[in-house]
Amino acid sequence: MLEIKDLKATVDGKEILKGINLNIKPGEVHAIMGPNGSGKSTLANILAGRNGYEVTGGSINYNGHALVDMEPEIRAREGIFLAMQYPIEIPGVSNIYFLKNAVNEVRKHHGESELDAMDFMKILKEKMKLLEMKNELIYRAINEGFSGGEKKRNEILQMLLLQPKLAIMDETDSGLDIDALQTISKGVNSLRSAERSFLMITHYQRLLNYIQPDFVHVLARGTIVKSGGKELAAQLEQEGYAFLDNAEAI
Amino acid sequence: MATKEIEQLVAREYEHGFVTDIEADTIAPGLNEDVIRMLSAKKDEPEFMLEWRLQAFRHWQTMQEPTWAHVNFNPIDYQSISYYSAPKSDADRPKSLDEIDPKLIETYNKLGIPLREQEMLAGVAVDAVFDSVSVGTTFKAKLAEAGVIFCPFSEAVHKYPELIKKYLGSVVPYRDNFYATLNSAVFSDGSFVYIPKGVRCPMELSTYFRINASNTGQFERTLIIADEGAYVSYLEGCTAPMRDENQLHAAVVELVALDNAQIKYSTVQNWYPGDENGVGGIYNFVTKRGACRGINSKISWTQVETGSAITWKYPSVILQGDNSVGEFYSVALTSNYQQADTGTKMFHLGKNTKSTIISKGISAAKGQNAYRGLVRIGPAAENARNYTQCDSLLIGDKCGAHTFPYIEVKNPTAKVEHEASTSKISDDQLFYCRQRGLSEEDAVSLIVNGFCKQVFKELPMEFAVEAQKLMEVSLEGAVG
Ligand SMILES: Nc1ncnc2c1ncn2[C@@H]1O[C@H](COP(=O)(O)OP(=O)(O)O)[C@@H](O)[C@H]1O
Ligand SMILES: [Mg+2]
Repeated sequence: MLEIKDLKATVDGKEILKGINLNIKPGEVHAIMGPNGSGKSTLANILAGRNGYEVTGGSINYNGHALVDMEPEIRAREGIFLAMQYPIEIPGVSNIYFLKNAVNEVRKHHGESELDAMDFMKILKEKMKLLEMKNELIYRAINEGFSGGEKKRNEILQMLLLQPKLAIMDETDSGLDIDALQTISKGVNSLRSAERSFLMITHYQRLLNYIQPDFVHVLARGTIVKSGGKELAAQLEQEGYAFLDNAEAI
Repeated sequence: MATKEIEQLVAREYEHGFVTDIEADTIAPGLNEDVIRMLSAKKDEPEFMLEWRLQAFRHWQTMQEPTWAHVNFNPIDYQSISYYSAPKSDADRPKSLDEIDPKLIETYNKLGIPLREQEMLAGVAVDAVFDSVSVGTTFKAKLAEAGVIFCPFSEAVHKYPELIKKYLGSVVPYRDNFYATLNSAVFSDGSFVYIPKGVRCPMELSTYFRINASNTGQFERTLIIADEGAYVSYLEGCTAPMRDENQLHAAVVELVALDNAQIKYSTVQNWYPGDENGVGGIYNFVTKRGACRGINSKISWTQVETGSAITWKYPSVILQGDNSVGEFYSVALTSNYQQADTGTKMFHLGKNTKSTIISKGISAAKGQNAYRGLVRIGPAAENARNYTQCDSLLIGDKCGAHTFPYIEVKNPTAKVEHEASTSKISDDQLFYCRQRGLSEEDAVSLIVNGFCKQVFKELPMEFAVEAQKLMEVSLEGAVG
């Protein structure tokens, strides 16, 4: 599904990603952990096509397409979803209007009929219930005045509605209390399937207790320095990233 | 704004030609007292009307064109304009939509305008039996039942001369300003509305349904009077781009609200803005003013301005009656080479008068958008309140937004608040939308519509939906 080969990228001329290799197959859940500033969000943003990053080497193949040639909206319609670390506010645009538009854009792209208000509402209500979201949030402007937790829930709501093929979550767990973390995990787990892949970026192992990964990678200073199964996460939690300095020394 | 494009624009000013072949019903270009006498005679006007026009004309000759607006254009030759022409004969009009600029037709289609209306808007010669006539007849009956007068200005001059004498020029005197004075001298036609005491007008009045609306565009004159306790909502314009061969438009609108009366005046202005090079657009110099003459009266202006090459317009409210309320909600969009200098004036004279100003300016491509607002609190206006919010949104980096707020307070109990902001559509917002599958253009119009929401919600429902669609169409190609 996703093959990243020796990916190098710069921001403002500064090299942030220094040769990333990562292979994600359908149905797999990968977790990326690593210290602040190591390039995790950079990787996520490049996958989603955000401006401001220059890919200077390597390749990203997504279901047979060279990803860097695709506009962000095409990537989205082709199933790449990024739950953002810092969801953006858009004043005056109601959440529900936005969500319906997004869903219908994706449907149109796949030659499906657009959902009318009634059908959309039905699906929306169901997903919101799963995420235990307050009804009024969908009538408010996008993320405006949402608490940190509400913003994150809103990201996952969009993910549930858009049914991506590759879901990337950038520190979705940060700033969530344990209840919120559980509900969000429940939502994410409901999406897991043999065709759908996940890339979860997190600082903490606790998310991985709720959404069990198949693989864990450690990203440090722009490269993946260690990969393993979910036991790697537990090890990191106990020992911290101190080993990185040792690894560097060797 | 590059003066070269403006020069080109002006150079083409008369290319489409005002009616030059002398038909019986056309007065040759030029302006003098004889022309005004002739014009008045053609309309068979009573003496008082002619006198008023002549007074205005004499005053106009002593006036200079204003130069303070933040717009840029070459001088207009007022002597080369024809000040009267009867409705065009079918022979002079386009025979079918095939003769109309395909871009205009494309826009009509995007706005979902039915073919029949497209023909009307584009000035195509259509059958005498026109759909809206029957619509017009039924709604006229309903209005008559309520005692509401809604008719062409020229008709009102004959049928209701006392009302005209009493109110014409009572809000916008003929000496008011260069364009209003010109209008007073030569106005063609327009609408007259009178809502009697205690009557709530049973429907929204719309120029769109006004029969014989054609050919009144250039120097239109509208007068609306809401008598004690009356209410009326009036809609002007249409979201479809109107094609007009007259480049200069200088309209006057006067509103009068007596005790406890309320007037809501909504405009969607979408005159032809010129092509993407700024060629051929309309100059729209309008004077709109309302007088809250009675206690507890209220006047609201809501406007969505997307058209015209140049817009110069300040709908204002004179808050005379105690506890009266003035409101101004505005969205002005300028794209390509459009220039808009618009805003409002709130004159607080009575006690406990309140005004609210919400202005949203959007500039895209090379558009220039200026907000100019005056809030004046007179010495007798105890406890007057004003709240002004003035937001600008820039799309791209070749456009401009300018804010000129003027505040004059002569009473210490007044409270005046002013908030202003300028923002760009952020890359982060665009990315967020695109990451969810929206195209860049859809993302821009979504964000712009969100920006305008405070104003759109003041519009009557169908109008609001149309306005939203209109923004989308107007913004096409403005990104990048
Ligand atoms: N837009 C940007 N401009 C400048 N530097 C950036 C930008 N985005 C990221 N960086 C830098 O790139 C490095 C990696 O950042 P990021 O990918 O956000 O790390 P992480 O998500 O792992 O905490 C940091 O040093 C950060 O300062
Ligand atoms: Mg990050």
